Amino acid sequence: MNKSSRSVMTFKNGIHPVYHGKELSESAEIRTAPLLARYTVPLAQNAGKPPEVAVNAGDHVKKYQLIARASGFVSANLHSPVSGTIKGLIEVPGPMGVPAQAIEIIPDGLGEEEEPLPAMDWRTADPKALLERIAQCGLVGMGGASFPTHVKLSPPPDKKVDTLILNGAECEPFLTADHRLMLEDPESVLIGAAVMGRILGIGDRVFIGVEMNKIDAIHRLNEKAEEYGVKIIPLKVQYPQGSEKQLINAITGREVPAGGLPMDARCVVQNTGTAAAVTDAVLRGRPLVERVVTVTGSVVRTPGNWKLLIGTPVIEAVKLAGGVTEEPGKLILGGPMMGFAQKSFDVPVSKNTSGILLLPQDQAVNYRSGNCIRCGRCVQGCPMHLMPCAIAAAVESYRFDLAKKLHVMDCLECGACAYVCPAKRPLVQHNRRAKAEIRRQTAKK
Amino acid sequence: MLTTTLASVAVMGCLGLFLGLVIGFFAKLFKVASDSRGDLVTELLPGANCGGCAKAGCSDFAKSVVSGENPPGKCPVSSAEQVNAIARALGIDAGGGFKKRAVVRCGGDIHQVARRVNYNGVLDCVSAGLIAGGPKGCRYGCVGMGSCAAVCPFGAIEIVNNLAIVHPEICVGCGKCAAACPRGVIELVPIESTVHVYCNSPEKGPEKRKNCKVSCLGCRKCEKAFPEKFKVEGFLAHVRYDAEVLPTAGDVEAVKCPTGALLTASRHKEIETNDPEFSNE
Repeated sequence: MNKSSRSVMTFKNGIHPVYHGKELSESAEIRTAPLLARYTVPLAQNAGKPPEVAVNAGDHVKKYQLIARASGFVSANLHSPVSGTIKGLIEVPGPMGVPAQAIEIIPDGLGEEEEPLPAMDWRTADPKALLERIAQCGLVGMGGASFPTHVKLSPPPDKKVDTLILNGAECEPFLTADHRLMLEDPESVLIGAAVMGRILGIGDRVFIGVEMNKIDAIHRLNEKAEEYGVKIIPLKVQYPQGSEKQLINAITGREVPAGGLPMDARCVVQNTGTAAAVTDAVLRGRPLVERVVTVTGSVVRTPGNWKLLIGTPVIEAVKLAGGVTEEPGKLILGGPMMGFAQKSFDVPVSKNTSGILLLPQDQAVNYRSGNCIRCGRCVQGCPMHLMPCAIAAAVESYRFDLAKKLHVMDCLECGACAYVCPAKRPLVQHNRRAKAEIRRQTAKK
Repeated sequence: MLTTTLASVAVMGCLGLFLGLVIGFFAKLFKVASDSRGDLVTELLPGANCGGCAKAGCSDFAKSVVSGENPPGKCPVSSAEQVNAIARALGIDAGGGFKKRAVVRCGGDIHQVARRVNYNGVLDCVSAGLIAGGPKGCRYGCVGMGSCAAVCPFGAIEIVNNLAIVHPEICVGCGKCAAACPRGVIELVPIESTVHVYCNSPEKGPEKRKNCKVSCLGCRKCEKAFPEKFKVEGFLAHVRYDAEVLPTAGDVEAVKCPTGALLTASRHKEIETNDPEFSNE
C-alpha cells in the first residue's frame, strides 16, 4: 500500500479547491422524478461507435425495450426509459456543443414494462454469462468517459488484472450523486463490485475508494463490506482523486505507464454508479435507463439529487429542483472542473451526466487571460506531473512537436492547472488543441 | 625592431598567399557544377517563399522551372511582367491561368449572425472549434478568430467584426489561409472573378435564416436568371467559376439576391469595412 505511514491515502500533486459546494445537495435524499411529456434519448451515449436505431417512427415501445442495438464490440445497447410512442429521430443540442442525434419518445402514461430478464445468482453464475448480461443491458461507465462496461471488464488475455477499484471519490466540487447512492443503497454498490470482481476473477483485491468528506458513506459501506469481500479505502480530499490513474496510484501505489491503460498497472477502475447498475442488470434483469443526477448551484431553489430517466431534458430537471432564484450565468453538465458549459437547456440527460450545475452570474466570470508569469503553480498542481505552462507556450507558437515531447498526450484535462493559474491562462484548452492536432497528424501518417 | 616587423609581415604574407593558393586549387578540384539559370530565375522571383506553387520555396520553384516541371506562370506572387521576364530569360513559354485569389465565402459578421454562446477562450479558430465552435450561431461559416490572417504571409486578410475579409489587391492566392481554415470557408477562385456567393452553409433555408441574416437560402433566383453562371447544389448557390463568361456586377443587380449573399468582392469588403453602422469595434 502506498505511503503506509500516513493514515489516509492519496496521490502526489493535485489541488485543493477552496469551495466544494457539496453542502448544497449532500443531505438531500435521492428523489424520483414524475413522468414528463417528452423524452429525447441521445443515440451516441458511449465511447466508441454509436448504436444503430432498432425502432421506427410511430412504433409503440414498452419501458426497458431495446431501441438501439450495439453496432460492434465497443458500443452499447440503448433501451427505452418509458412506455410510449417513438416520434422519430431528431437533432438535439449535444453536451459537447455540436448537435447530436436523439430518439424522441412521447410517453403514453400506461407504464407498460418489458418482461425483465431472468435474475441470476451472481455467486454461482458463469462469469461469461454475467458479462453477457452487462453487455445486453447497455451499461457504460457512468463517471463521465462512458466507456462500455463490458469492454472494460474483458481485458485481453495477455494483460493480467489483479485489482478492481470502484471510484467513489467524487472529487468534483458540487457533485453528490455518488455520495447519496453509496449512502442510500450501499448494498447495490457492494454487490456490483463483487459481481465485477467475479467476472475478472479477482477475489481479494476489490476496493472502493471514497474521499474522507463522505465519512457517513464510508461507515455505511463498511457495515456490509466484509460480507461481499470488498475493502473500503478512505482517501484524502484532493482533486483529481477520482481520476483513474490517480486512484490507482493512491490505492495500490502503482503507476500507469505514459500512454497506457489501467490494465497496464493490472487494475480495472469502475464508477460506483456503474456498480449499482450492474446489480440492477444481474439481480433484477433491468437495463440501464435511469441514473442519479445532482441538480445544484446556488441559484437553484432546492438543490438535490434525483433519479432521472435517460433523455430527460435539462430544463425539466431544473424545474424539478424548483427552478432558479435568479438568472443563471452558466449551465454546466458535470462538475465545475471537468464539466462542459452548455448553450441550451434542451440538452438531454445521458448515461454519463453526473450533475447539472447552474452557476450564478458572479461565479461565471469571463476572465481575461494574461501572460505566463512562470510561477510554476500549474506544474505543482498537475497530477500527471506535466508542465502545462511549457505546453501552452509550445501550442501558442504552433509547435505541436514540442508539445508532444512534453507528453501532452498524457494530459487528463482535469483542469487543475487552469484552476491554479494566477494569470487565468486557458491551459486546458491549449492541451486539448495539442492533443487533437497530434491525433490528426498521427492519423494522417 | 624594424626587422622584426618586416619579418612578421613577410611570414604572414607568404603564409596567406600559400593558403590562398591551396584553397583556390581545391575549389577548382571539388567544384559542383550548378545551373546558373536556376540562380537567375531565383533572382527574378519575388522571394516571398510563400509555398503557393506547392514547392518548398522560391529557389526550389526556380529549379523546377529550369527543369521544365513547372511553367513560370505558376508562381502566384509574380506579376505578368515578372513572369514574362523569366520566360524571356529562359526562352520558354510563360504559361498562365494559374492565378487564383482567396475568397472567404461567408458574410456573417457578428452583427448578422446570431450569437450563440459567450466564448471566453483561446482566440484561435481551431481551438474554438474544440469547445463549441466559437461565438457564432452558424456551424459552417467563418469563425472569425483569424487563424487565416495569422498564416497569411502577405497580410491580405483582415478580421473585421469577427469576420475574415480578403483584400483582393494584396492577395496572391497562395492558399495558406484555405489550408488553415478549420471550416473550409476559404476557396481559391480565378483572379478574374469578381462575384461570389458569400455563404458556406449546406443547411436548409429556414435553418440558416434563424442563424444568419445574410445566408444563401437556396431560392434558385440566381440559377434561374443565369443558368450558365450559377448553380444551386442542395440549398446553397455556387458561382460556376469554370464558365466561359464569369458573372459581373451587372448580373448581381439583375438577380436581386433576397438576402444579399450574392455580392461582388468589392461590395462585400465595402459593407464590412466602411459601413458606419457596422464600424470596427
